[in-house]
Amino acid sequence: MIALQGVSKSFDRGATYAVRDITLEVPAESFLALVGDSGSGKTTLLKTINRLIEPEAGEVFIDGEPAHATPAHGLRRRIGYVFQGIGLFPHMSIAENIGITPRLIGWPQEAIRARVEELIDLVSLPRAYLTRRPAELSGGQRQRVGIARALAARPSILLMDEPFGALDPVTREALGSECRRLHERMRLTTVMVTHDILEAVLLADRIVVMRHGRIVADGEPHALLCGHDDPAVRTLMDMPRRQAARVRALLEERGA
Amino acid sequence: MNSRLHSALRVLPQYLGDHVLLSAAALALGIAISVPLLIAARRSAHVRWPVLAAASLIQTVPGIALLALFYPLLLGLSALTHRLVGWRLPALGFLPSLLALTLYSILPILRNGITAILNLDPAILQAARGVGMTSRQRLLRVELPLAAPMLMAGVRTSAVWVIGTATLATPVGQTSLGNYIFTGLQMQDWAWVLFGCGAAVALALATDQLLWLIELGLARRRPALAWLGLAVLLAGVGAAAVPLHAAQRGGYVVGAKTFSEQYILASLIARRIRATGHPVTERTGLGSSLAFEALAANELDVYVDYSGTLWHDVLHRNSRPSRHRMLRELRTSLRRRYGVELLGALGYENAYVLAMRRGEADALGIHTIAQLARAAPRLTLGADLEFFARPVWKALERRYGLHFRALRQYESTFMYHALMSREVDVIAAFSSDGRIAADHLMVLQDPLHVIPPYDAVLLLSPHRAHDPVLRRALEPLIGAIPIALMRRANYMVDRPRHKRSPRQAAEWLAHAAHLR
Repeated sequence: MIALQGVSKSFDRGATYAVRDITLEVPAESFLALVGDSGSGKTTLLKTINRLIEPEAGEVFIDGEPAHATPAHGLRRRIGYVFQGIGLFPHMSIAENIGITPRLIGWPQEAIRARVEELIDLVSLPRAYLTRRPAELSGGQRQRVGIARALAARPSILLMDEPFGALDPVTREALGSECRRLHERMRLTTVMVTHDILEAVLLADRIVVMRHGRIVADGEPHALLCGHDDPAVRTLMDMPRRQAARVRALLEERGA
Repeated sequence: MNSRLHSALRVLPQYLGDHVLLSAAALALGIAISVPLLIAARRSAHVRWPVLAAASLIQTVPGIALLALFYPLLLGLSALTHRLVGWRLPALGFLPSLLALTLYSILPILRNGITAILNLDPAILQAARGVGMTSRQRLLRVELPLAAPMLMAGVRTSAVWVIGTATLATPVGQTSLGNYIFTGLQMQDWAWVLFGCGAAVALALATDQLLWLIELGLARRRPALAWLGLAVLLAGVGAAAVPLHAAQRGGYVVGAKTFSEQYILASLIARRIRATGHPVTERTGLGSSLAFEALAANELDVYVDYSGTLWHDVLHRNSRPSRHRMLRELRTSLRRRYGVELLGALGYENAYVLAMRRGEADALGIHTIAQLARAAPRLTLGADLEFFARPVWKALERRYGLHFRALRQYESTFMYHALMSREVDVIAAFSSDGRIAADHLMVLQDPLHVIPPYDAVLLLSPHRAHDPVLRRALEPLIGAIPIALMRRANYMVDRPRHKRSPRQAAEWLAHAAHLR
């Protein structure tokens, strides 16, 4: 479980706030999507959870414990993180990349090897890739490795920052579905930042819409699709609906 | 030619070995200093800026000046350690060279390293934090491995600079491949100069290639290549260290300044000490005032200096006593102030003289410096690198009212060429130089006796002042070398054709002076 209480962060000493006084609770095993325009503060908020960014005010609790109570690196080893830029280590093999967090924690070699093999299967990559370098893989394959790396140390929490942003639509859809599958299978608590509202609607149990550092909408995808007081949120949620309607119309036209 | 090449090859193991050890030590020390600085500078611009500025500043100081500056510094430290712990820090040779070269080696490593670390992909650095690395783990597992290839490129640049600059260690008394260059320059033996340059270039290229192998291994993530490069490099340094042990240093140390006569006399002195069955090391190519300071500090045991030089430069006297009075006063003053023993005069003078081409001197009717003064405003004077800073020049200028059209400085070998090729009209030559007779030069009289006597004298260090071996070996030299013999020996080495090595000239001199 993740809980944020009155979290604020400013990058210009209080002139403007990237994140302002956010209180949010993410129950265990739920899948939350943070959406909003660029600059809305969604990535900043995500990074306060594993202390990649330290909030100025407010507090973050992980499973009931204050996040700052443990050293940042220890906290991060317990929380999987998938990066927007993937960020694989170019000087390490795929196996070394996936196994990095267990190695930092000090797992025995044999346990790391077994876990790496298990994960490469889970993200549907051939085991032969384990000895390759990141540069030898395609973008989609690399992000699969990124996800495997995030999950290696058996975290209960997975944070994803625009994980599929740079991928082609087909790969993006396939990887999204696999993430959802892994989320359920490993009973993860997942927070995903995305600017793609359709992706959020299809994968998440709950969507939080942010604007100017504040939460403007928070609800289940179905509820949000059915309407909202805020006109901007309505416009935002209209998009997948209109797209779905057009696709349906298109199919019916041809079917007729 | 063949015998000269042979004699060049004979000293190659020692010169190359010393050069390799000096360069390797400086580079290793440079890396050991640069990497921690780099780590300190990687996050903080407050550290980065001053560190880079200081390294760049050092780089702009000419190599030879940097080497020269370390000598007085170490001499001061040496006096301090002597007072504090009764042990003298060596101020000559390896240590000043090492310190100067180490400073030189820092900039390329530091600059490349900082550039490499600052340009690392921010996504990768964030991922390193995100997977739970501590600051130290990020440095060791991500930042340094990724910066390593570019850092190695800096080490390569640094290595080439250090190997090149190490040739300048010769004048501060450290043997290096520069000994070929400096000796060759003195004796106009261009084969030696080329040999020294060639050897330094070959060493630099070989080192660069091996470091490149390491860089390649790091960049391609092929550790085997990197280890191979490192192994060959270490083997090379190890091999360089072998002659050091084999050739058993120690024994008596004979010094020589940077000109042929000094090389010949050092060889003659070494020959006589060796004949007593004691080991001898020759430290040649020392800067002029360096030699006396080194002797006073017991880093040399014996060398030949000249009474006028000692009178002016060491005792800082401006009077002009007679030859005998000057020698007598030098003996007592040097003993009292430095503990240095003036064993005796060799029998000839190597004084500064003003000389002209005979034809021109006759045509202008100039036979004395007084006559020269009238024609001087139309003439150019050439001298060695030290002359114009010497009190003797100030005195000549003042007493005779000399005002030349222009003053030019030459490395002393080139000065004679400049005179014969009419680039200058008058030179400040040396009275024992064989080229005065060979080039039929006119030596101008000094009617006012402004130029002090420059008797060649044997000086012993404070520790060796009463050394019976040294005294027995060297006392026969006192008064044994007339000017004519010294001139001929000098000319054997300095003449453009049929050159002899200083060692051969020393042998000839020993026979000619009936020294057995």
